[in-house]
Amino acid sequence: MSGHPTYVPKSAAARWLESRLPILGLLHSSFVVFPNPRNLNYWWTFGGILSFMLAAQIVTGVVLAMHYTPDARLAFASIEHIMRDVNYGWLFRYMHANGASMFFLALYIHMFRGLYYGSYKAPREVLWLLGVVIFLLSIATAFLGYVLPWGQMSFWGATVITSLFSAIPFVGDYVTTWLWGGYAVDSATLNRFFALHYLLPFMIAGVVVLHIWALHVPGSNNPAGIEPKSGKDTLPFHPYFTVKDGFALACFLIFYGWFVFYVPNYLGDADNYIEANPLQTPVHIVPEWYYLPFYAILRSIPSKIGGAAAMFSAVLIIAFLPWLDTSRVKSAAYRPLYRIFFWIFVACALLLGYVGSQPPEGGYVLAARLLTIYYFVHFLVILPLLGLIERPQPLPATIADSVLGPQAQVLPAKATQMPGQ
Amino acid sequence: MSHCSLFGRALGLAILLASAASTGSAFAAGASETPSGAQGPHALAIDIPARQVWSFAGPFGKYDPAQLQRGLKVYREVCSNCHSLKMVAFRDLMSPDGPNLTEAEARAIAEAYKIKDGPNDAGEMFERPGRLSDYFPWAFPNEQTARAAFGAVPPDMSLLAKARTYERGFPLFLLDPFIQYQERGVDYIYALLTGYTNDKDPNWDEYFPGHKIAMPNPLSDGAVDYADGAPKTVQQYAKDISAFLMWAAEPKLVERKRIGFRVLVYLAVFAALLYLVKRKIWARLHNGASEAHRAQPPA
Repeated sequence: MSGHPTYVPKSAAARWLESRLPILGLLHSSFVVFPNPRNLNYWWTFGGILSFMLAAQIVTGVVLAMHYTPDARLAFASIEHIMRDVNYGWLFRYMHANGASMFFLALYIHMFRGLYYGSYKAPREVLWLLGVVIFLLSIATAFLGYVLPWGQMSFWGATVITSLFSAIPFVGDYVTTWLWGGYAVDSATLNRFFALHYLLPFMIAGVVVLHIWALHVPGSNNPAGIEPKSGKDTLPFHPYFTVKDGFALACFLIFYGWFVFYVPNYLGDADNYIEANPLQTPVHIVPEWYYLPFYAILRSIPSKIGGAAAMFSAVLIIAFLPWLDTSRVKSAAYRPLYRIFFWIFVACALLLGYVGSQPPEGGYVLAARLLTIYYFVHFLVILPLLGLIERPQPLPATIADSVLGPQAQVLPAKATQMPGQ
Repeated sequence: MSHCSLFGRALGLAILLASAASTGSAFAAGASETPSGAQGPHALAIDIPARQVWSFAGPFGKYDPAQLQRGLKVYREVCSNCHSLKMVAFRDLMSPDGPNLTEAEARAIAEAYKIKDGPNDAGEMFERPGRLSDYFPWAFPNEQTARAAFGAVPPDMSLLAKARTYERGFPLFLLDPFIQYQERGVDYIYALLTGYTNDKDPNWDEYFPGHKIAMPNPLSDGAVDYADGAPKTVQQYAKDISAFLMWAAEPKLVERKRIGFRVLVYLAVFAALLYLVKRKIWARLHNGASEAHRAQPPA
């Protein structure tokens, strides 16, 4: 599905470069003439939004790193130095802190879109796996970054999560000491977390390149879940999708800006404005909102190693989706039963998040356990069975039919439906 | 099915949460959590702080310099006897978005403090009057002295307004970002300072988790003399010091909201234009055959 190499360099300089490194042609075929299914809806704009957010995080993060001090005695004060004395330091820091949340919001929407429309199915398994790698790296990056302000929640979050490794049989304590660079979370830990937090985003960027490469081999999936059969089913990336992605990005930036400028601390924890104190444990240790469902799963199992295993499994099970879902129909639009279970799963994930934010006592313990069980049942039982028992609705013959209706072939001048809406 | 009963459970929980809240304030209803989360069945019921009116709330919020100057006076005459304010420099008091003191006024305040400096050429530490570039010094030489005096270290006040909060609970917490409620910290501090309602016990507070607070009631009517005619009441002192602490914790709030409005207006116009361009470009597909159609031989 890669676009035909139709690029013709116009200027002498471009001709000179193209004959030595055909990078302009690569960009042209990838982002200008690349054929996208014409029926992509706005849920397909979050890939572009994520690319933008990754770049924004790297740019703001590099500026912050110029003023930040990764030392346990100085880190907290250096953040306040950024907030109070660095020119527009408050803006960079609030953009970066809220940007992490916006990145995960877009990432989760992007993933749920993939779940709904079966984007992980053949021939896009590798594309999906690369996405899971990006998800894992993002989880690690955000965790490392949250430790850097060295507030109470930074310190105790780092202590709780790194202590999970001590559950590994026989070598757990050695692994934990090795991770910490000492016998507790301290300056050595902070310093290496800073180094890794600076490194991982560039690894994410590298995997994003692979992700886009893997995307451009089969092309994008689409709301109908059927592959394009002719040029009628697709539109060139530019201008149709550049402008659509651009509009969606602008709307997303309004949402992001609202948080940065008006409620910059809403998504953070008040305790993180108290400097880390190894002698005083906060009443509640709660991670950032994007980890809450996994945190609820971790706490729902009354054993350290069991909880850690369940949490990591909950993340990794996503990688097995292409083989757990037995249905040959991709899009939930034509899968009446899956459509219902998809939304139940969304509710399950949201409720897990809410339960994860609450103290592990009373009804929340039972709720967390039931939800955890359902989370795994969805992947391990419901998805494999659904494909066998479900009777999918008839698929449209072509993508063009699905947006224009079959009569569009006879009356091309009268489209019955606005494409892409 | 298990998920149906689960949904019911969650719904029941939410209703329980909402009904457990026992307060007249419409804004505060819906949270049953204690202010900073004292937990367990033995935790005493804690009142939910009421929302106050603040000049710095909302999209066009600004600090009131007169209020910050009064709050500064309360800090200097009451709070600073125990609490530090180590991240605020005397030069910050000149901020036009903040207390807006003149340079002479800020300098006079700085010079009222003795700052330990040195060593000098003879290798001796010495004390000198404060300068604009100095930070508010603490009344205690170190944490141990404070702990020995009080049994606990009084927290630094620089970030207190952002480091304190109370639970809003479901579903209010989902609403807060959209109604721009970012004053939970100051609402809590105000409630705490006016919450010493037990005449027999100066360490009993209506809003403190567990009610027993190490800080005895710090304010009393008439304790601080206001020159601008504002009422010399505990309520007014509490209001002013809370506002001052918000400024201390978030000195760039006014600049942030000012820039934010411009950025959002710009983005809104930009998004609207992009939408119109998008509609125009995609409309080509309705006007007969598209480019893509034309590129294809007829089926």
